[in-house]
Amino acid sequence: MADPTKEESPAAQEAAVAEDPIKAQNAKILDLLHRLFGHTAFTDVHEPYGMLTVTTTRERIHDIVAGLQQDQEFKFHFLTTMCGIHYPDHKDRELGMIYMLHSLVHNIRLRIKIFFPIADPVVPTLTDLYNAANWMEREAYDFYGVIFTGHPNLIRILNVEDMDYHPMRKEYPLEDGTREDKTDLFFGR
Amino acid sequence: MTVNDALAGTHKIQQEAAAQRHDQVTPHLLNDFSQELTTLNLGPTHPATHGIFQNILQMDGERIVSGVPTIGYIHRAFEKIAERRPFYQITPLTDRMNYCSSPINNMGWHMTVEKLLGVTVPKRAQYMRVIMMELARITDHLICNSILGVDSGAFTGFLYVMQEREKVYEIYEEVCGSRLTTNMGRVGGMERDFTPVALQKLRDWLKTFPAVMEEFERLMTRNRIFVDRIVNVGAISAEKALNYGFTGPNLRAAGIDYDVRVMNPYSSYEDFDFEIPVGTKGDTYDRFLVRNAEIWQSLRIINQALDNLPEGPFHADAPHYYLPPKQAVYKNMEALIYHFKIIMGEIEAPVGEVYHSVEGGNGELGFYLISDGGRTPYRLHFRRPCFIYYQAYTEMVVGETLSDAILTLSSMNVIAGELDA
Repeated sequence: MADPTKEESPAAQEAAVAEDPIKAQNAKILDLLHRLFGHTAFTDVHEPYGMLTVTTTRERIHDIVAGLQQDQEFKFHFLTTMCGIHYPDHKDRELGMIYMLHSLVHNIRLRIKIFFPIADPVVPTLTDLYNAANWMEREAYDFYGVIFTGHPNLIRILNVEDMDYHPMRKEYPLEDGTREDKTDLFFGR
Repeated sequence: MTVNDALAGTHKIQQEAAAQRHDQVTPHLLNDFSQELTTLNLGPTHPATHGIFQNILQMDGERIVSGVPTIGYIHRAFEKIAERRPFYQITPLTDRMNYCSSPINNMGWHMTVEKLLGVTVPKRAQYMRVIMMELARITDHLICNSILGVDSGAFTGFLYVMQEREKVYEIYEEVCGSRLTTNMGRVGGMERDFTPVALQKLRDWLKTFPAVMEEFERLMTRNRIFVDRIVNVGAISAEKALNYGFTGPNLRAAGIDYDVRVMNPYSSYEDFDFEIPVGTKGDTYDRFLVRNAEIWQSLRIINQALDNLPEGPFHADAPHYYLPPKQAVYKNMEALIYHFKIIMGEIEAPVGEVYHSVEGGNGELGFYLISDGGRTPYRLHFRRPCFIYYQAYTEMVVGETLSDAILTLSSMNVIAGELDA
């Protein structure tokens, strides 16, 4: 039986070798992002598992996505998906939206994140750029209560209309907190 | 006095109105519905929708003027449930998304976790996965195309191919023990090697199926009645399809050759020789043809994978993530420890975020997993192709007749489980 610490190191090495062309591509995209929108627009740039991931602000997200969509070189014509996320411990950046764009011409994926306070979850819509964003944003509103300004029909999509909370937020645990038959003292859960 | 004056005034107005009516060229018809729209509820439990979702249509006679889709009738909060489950317990959730091709969902999820953990799966397991995924794709497309026949009034083709799907399910049964919600494979490989019976069933099926498929195509593809019924129905342009986030056969029918298997090969798809069929107009007939062509390509892949099936282990040597054989658990201390840790979800996952997508029956099926190092995902988002492309349905059917709308829905292959997750 192998040692637990050995499990990740060969995989990490292999990933580093295999990702060289991807790294070069990501560097090109990052260069483009900096050229179009300035160096200050992006923070927290990293490449988890080969996908370039940048964080920006909600004030700039619409311009950035529009700019990437109209860019003649890379042509980010495809909005793969978007989803909300909730980090209750991050002060004033509790809620987030994660957008994934795909340039089908060059086969490059890009992930853009924005974070904003939970007390003011207002984000510009992308429905004017991508029709696909319509239901994705309704889903994010349904699950996390993110308000998309300019959305044509921002109502709940999967849950019932008269639900008065946003169930994917972390303050709603899946199971009843008062249950005791499932606590496991030996595993710290 | 004033009351009488008012009455007289009213009387005058009434007389004038009556005279005006009399002067009109076209007399008022008793049953004139020309300006009236009918509201029609298509669904939620309409037999022609093949799943529970509703469309409230405004009909002008037989034509659809507008539609409001309502979804979520079988929403089961998979993304929320997944935040409480260890990785291996999430596989049964993925079964229940596109239940016409569960093995693809299972494998896609396993590959996502393997990518996160950095586990490399041996070649044999990858080929085995390819075989199962392509079988699933064939059943998925078979159902979609034969149901399209049923919705247009041709039941026979459906019965022919349903029998073949049954045989594929018998192969699933031999490989993993279940038929519809398969829960097939494990993180790190397959749960067991192909048994001789499974291989025999697979080889037999590969011999008999092409003839049935040819018969099905002879019955439908050039059938005058069927073709007249579905050509130019529910068409969508390539630009629009892309903007709406279409993927899979529906996008390829519109003429864009985006296939995850080719663009971002996973599980050794780069080893196989196959083509991406594309359509031109993106209408129902194109979608039908693309799916049929893909069935033939999938058969090609299965044959290649089976002929070149490498020898070797069917799972990765990753004891922290892959369950040991049950016999060893009783005799071997390490096996017992690993068994216990995996079952209790005590595996060590790295912190990170990973997106992995596979070519599902309906398109790009993506898994976006954010791990905080705990036993469960911090966030798991499923990119469900149905959910994204079903938005375009209303736009595709406005101006068409109701019966065409049914065919469009059927040919888009909207699976309620995947739509609502």
